[in-house]
Amino acid sequence: MVGLGLDLSVLENPSKSAATDAQLDGLSVGVDLGMQSFPLPQVHDLDSFEREVMEYVKPSHGTTTLGFIFQGGVIMAVDSRASMGSYISSQTVKKVIEINPFLLGTMAGGAADCQFWLRNLGTQCRLYELNTGKRITVRAASKLLANTMYSYKGMGLSMGTMVAGWDATGPGLYYVDSDGQRTKGQVFSVGSGSLYAYGVLDQGYKWDLDVETAVELGRRAIYHATFRDAVSGGTVSVYHVTEKGWTKISGTDVGELHYEYYDNPEKHPCNGTQPI
Amino acid sequence: MEPPTHCRAGATLPSGQEFLQSFQHRIARAFAGDTFEPIPLRCQMAGAGVQQPHAGAQAGPRVHANWSPYDDNGGTCVAVAGNDYCIIAASTRMSSGYAILTRRSSKFLKFSDKCLIASAGFQADLLGNTLYYKRFFPYYAWNLCAGLDEEGKGAVYTYDPVGSFERVGYSCQGSGKDLIQPVLDNQLRAASPLLLPAKNWMSSLPLDQAVDLVKDAFVSAGERDIYTGDWVELLIVTKGGIRREELELKKD
Repeated sequence: MVGLGLDLSVLENPSKSAATDAQLDGLSVGVDLGMQSFPLPQVHDLDSFEREVMEYVKPSHGTTTLGFIFQGGVIMAVDSRASMGSYISSQTVKKVIEINPFLLGTMAGGAADCQFWLRNLGTQCRLYELNTGKRITVRAASKLLANTMYSYKGMGLSMGTMVAGWDATGPGLYYVDSDGQRTKGQVFSVGSGSLYAYGVLDQGYKWDLDVETAVELGRRAIYHATFRDAVSGGTVSVYHVTEKGWTKISGTDVGELHYEYYDNPEKHPCNGTQPI
Repeated sequence: MEPPTHCRAGATLPSGQEFLQSFQHRIARAFAGDTFEPIPLRCQMAGAGVQQPHAGAQAGPRVHANWSPYDDNGGTCVAVAGNDYCIIAASTRMSSGYAILTRRSSKFLKFSDKCLIASAGFQADLLGNTLYYKRFFPYYAWNLCAGLDEEGKGAVYTYDPVGSFERVGYSCQGSGKDLIQPVLDNQLRAASPLLLPAKNWMSSLPLDQAVDLVKDAFVSAGERDIYTGDWVELLIVTKGGIRREELELKKD
């Protein structure tokens, strides 16, 4: 490729860019992405074919997830509902994906896309460890995923994930999606119920929260999202990441939370008095 | 691409029994521009429109304007895991649109004693990867993988067409799932596996009651789902082996 003396070969083989980032991160490693080639249908208009296919197969969708960094580490909280159109296909989806003892990913968008590519990220991170003898940073791990996503840009993948963990630099939280976007941040919420979760989260978030209050904030934010968003629900799971790695703090049925937060449900504003 | 033999074990395909094998395969080859082979009638390749690009024409195969590689052959399957057994059942009707193509086609892929679920975790993962491999040209099939796990407990894995999967206590897929799954939820739902502190998430129904429940579920679905009928085939996996039962459903 003619490129003003620049090495643009990476554009022809996007998988190389992952290794480039690993190099940026300090050590030169050849992380083999092990990317299979996915067979494509030989149609003239791939775009509309993929759209039509999604109408047929209706993969699982719909979610509320959130994550935030505070003085005590990182909190990740998620719901557990998956739906195909208006049908609830599962109430027990594990939307926090445990990549390794220090890294978590969350799942929003296509369930298979998230599961597969976070599993793939786990492989890449393990290979990095074996190659370098060091744990991968959250920064590098999230970029490996973002690079993978970018190489499939425009092919209809659907994934909105947060990669969170703890490394030598402390807690880390990144948002990565199937457009290839990657953003470092302190507070994120992703999914169809994210706006509701943000409402609660922003209201209660402070850097100085103690761990118990932070866990409760995450749980409460997801609960309120499941209350207003029809395609979020099931069980609220909360994870906490510290320098020792992640632990699952709680898993609570939203039905129980409803009675915990509103011990007198008849008084709930959604059962408001007759307007007339 | 020959599907790995492992994934045949225990995978039940509700919408067209041999999707993972011959159908997909033929289509893949047809799409790749190989010589066109006749496809079995049940696959309903209306227009059969995959042609070879002919010399001198523009690059790329010509595709029939109104051709779709997908059809839904209906049918329902159910799997229930118990403490020391697993029941897998599927109706035998295969349809296309309003036409019943055959009344007795088994939706099970070959089960052998070897393919119990000693390799359950791996096998489940393998099927997930097999399905995701076709992410951009998915198999149009909803799978259940069922059997016994390494501890001898019943195990059911449920999949979406592009390979997301989950281990569950029971599951129903196919055209009758909207009718059956809520009934199973009502009768079998235990605590969510995500709860912490954890609770037992598998129902502990005795085998004979579970078999009756599955049969009732199919009889009920047969009343209201036009794609579920004729017969239902049940495979009951216990440590002693696999037992087969059959139940007649309505033919209308």
